[in-house]
Amino acid sequence: MDLSYTPEEEAFRAEVRSFLDEKLPRQLKEKVRLGKRLTKSDMESWHAILNARGWLAPNWPKEYGGAEWDAVQRMIFEEEACLAHAPRIVPFGLSMLAPVLLAFGSEEQRQHYLPRILNGEDWWCQGYSEPGAGSDLAALKTKAVRDGDHYVVNGQKTWTTLGQHANWIFCLVRTDPDAKKQEGISFLLIDMNTPGVTVRPIVLIDGEAEVNEVFFDDVRVPASNLVGEENKGWTYAKYLLTHERTNIAGVGFSNAALATLKHVAASTQSGGKSLDQNPYFAARMAQVEIDLMAMATTNLRVVSAAAKGQAPGAESSMLKIKGTVIRQELSSLLRRAAGPDAMPFLPDYLDGGDNVPAEGPEHAPASAPNYFNMRKLSIFGGSNEIQRTIITKAILEL
Amino acid sequence: MDFNLTEERALLRDMLQRFLSENYSHEERRKLLASGKAYDTSIFKELADLGIFGALFREAEGGLGGAGFDIAVVFEELGRAGVIEPILGNAVLAGGLISELGTGEQKTLIGDVIAGQKILAFAHTEPASRYDLNHVTATAKAGGGQITLSGTKAHVPNGAQADMIVVSAREAGTDWDEKGISLFLVPTDAKGVTIVDHPNVDGTSAATIRFENVVVDEGARLGASGVAFAAIETAVARATLAVCAEAVGAMEAAKALTIEYLKERKQFGIAIGKFQALQHRMADLLIEVEQARSAVINLAGHLEAPRALRERHVSATKNLIGRAGALVAEETVQLHGGIGMTDEYALSHFARRIVMIDHLFGDVDHHLERFISLNAA
Repeated sequence: MDLSYTPEEEAFRAEVRSFLDEKLPRQLKEKVRLGKRLTKSDMESWHAILNARGWLAPNWPKEYGGAEWDAVQRMIFEEEACLAHAPRIVPFGLSMLAPVLLAFGSEEQRQHYLPRILNGEDWWCQGYSEPGAGSDLAALKTKAVRDGDHYVVNGQKTWTTLGQHANWIFCLVRTDPDAKKQEGISFLLIDMNTPGVTVRPIVLIDGEAEVNEVFFDDVRVPASNLVGEENKGWTYAKYLLTHERTNIAGVGFSNAALATLKHVAASTQSGGKSLDQNPYFAARMAQVEIDLMAMATTNLRVVSAAAKGQAPGAESSMLKIKGTVIRQELSSLLRRAAGPDAMPFLPDYLDGGDNVPAEGPEHAPASAPNYFNMRKLSIFGGSNEIQRTIITKAILEL
Repeated sequence: MDFNLTEERALLRDMLQRFLSENYSHEERRKLLASGKAYDTSIFKELADLGIFGALFREAEGGLGGAGFDIAVVFEELGRAGVIEPILGNAVLAGGLISELGTGEQKTLIGDVIAGQKILAFAHTEPASRYDLNHVTATAKAGGGQITLSGTKAHVPNGAQADMIVVSAREAGTDWDEKGISLFLVPTDAKGVTIVDHPNVDGTSAATIRFENVVVDEGARLGASGVAFAAIETAVARATLAVCAEAVGAMEAAKALTIEYLKERKQFGIAIGKFQALQHRMADLLIEVEQARSAVINLAGHLEAPRALRERHVSATKNLIGRAGALVAEETVQLHGGIGMTDEYALSHFARRIVMIDHLFGDVDHHLERFISLNAA
């Protein structure tokens, strides 16, 4: 057992650090640091910068333009990017769809879609959840009926994150209504500019429309947009979800949030002393830091097992639960640190306007919206209750 | 021991509950918030006509009650319906201070409050005071029969909708002294008063108010010079009871929505309320809500007690409400899944209010520390 990084890994970290120092635009960094909302072009511009360096797709093979980093390199990059307040990489095309195409798509599909993901031509969103299905994903009802060389799609998706920016959606659709729940599902790529596709934003508890409902009304989709085999979509979906969950531990995000929290606590005066001198607040901070230190290692254990070819299975469920609980606690502590200044709701300021009077410390305006937004972590990607059920069955064999 | 409400209070509760369930729908509230208005003026007037503000004042001031259990009954119902109309700062804080310290003439304002004809605000918290009631840096300089006020007050509930402000300022001592703090009645249109309004995360409205050499008569002082701290602490104790009772009402509403949802929502072919993992969490939640209710009863019952005993209950109750509130807000959202996160559905509004109440008058940590030091004293 050796917990230290190799000289190569340390050199890689230094390279990442100097890249971020040089290439991450200051204005973007400030927005992320203060928890402000990013525009579509903010996210696209960061993607373009990473793509120019060949670092946009860490997990893709080199032949498709990826960086082909190993698990440790990816961890190092994530840690450094988060600590530097870089925007997160929008995962839908890069780390959700692409692995599915690489594993199950046709060569034509890879050649067509992967470069477009890298160069920003396509913005993908995920069409999994449906009203009435949610964590019971296989209960989905959206239908695709074969009609010549097209599928005709009818139904509704929901919780489509950043769908308002997307021009493509990858969907799970029911192609055999008579088969068992999991067996009649297919994986379909749909151009959102096709007639019959409607996107409606959903305003959430933090006041922002981050997710959407997507409606399909007799949408004609070329049959060539089917990924893999008809009615085998559940297999691909599960593969994708496992990938989604390996990133969901969010160690980098938590490290960055902890650093911010410590800074805020040290610079906030409360009752004649700084907040990190308050024994109760300090104890909460220390506990979450201790949990995070252990979770980072749990994460590395799972990730390095995956890198050795052991597919992450139920272990990713542990990471999802622990990682989300830690991120939620950090957001809760940052909100508490803001004190009364957590109360004002200043959407114009969060959208980048600077003419709005923000009261109190600079992190205060985003602290409550962010705390409320973070509640989603234990709900999406298969709720934490579902993850516990997976652990009970797969690891405990109960 | 008798934990039943008196007949009058039960009637008040039933009447208020009926009025709000018929007239204060979640849809109307959302529409109002979207319009950018701070509150609904006609609902506000109707609440006054129902005698709700009167219930918060003693008979000597023209009210109908004013005791701890009156406040608790009213605010629990306001919390259950998610009412954002100006009542806390207006009747409990500013109104309560005038009731405590005001001269006969000053107290005529209370009649206007009870009738819903005037709105008062209490401007006390400052940008750096956080939860410390004794931290006052705004200054009041007396001279020639007049007072000159300067300073900035933050998070003033309904400050921009008020006709008159009760403002705290220092006449003597250093920033943290309890002695030396006075209160003054200032019209919002006085020269040198600047008010910047903003909505809060929970839909309520607050303001930052700047006083720049604002001149008022000596007669604007509430009570004697420099001794207002005790009255401020008493008024905040009453306001703390109000928001704790409000939190219980909001918790009850969130709990009811969640139970309904657990019965209704099906996954894997059965109602999710049949899953034992969720049942046990709902059971824990119920226990915490009952604990919260008991804590509110404790505080309501000790609101007239000597200072040391009263404040012990203030901190105990606020700490427990903060803990139970976070649990209820987070768990009810979680048990709902994505629906619980939407603005369109009432639950997210209750969750926001419950969590934001932790940021009023001291959060769980503040009151834990305070409870320990009060015990040691």
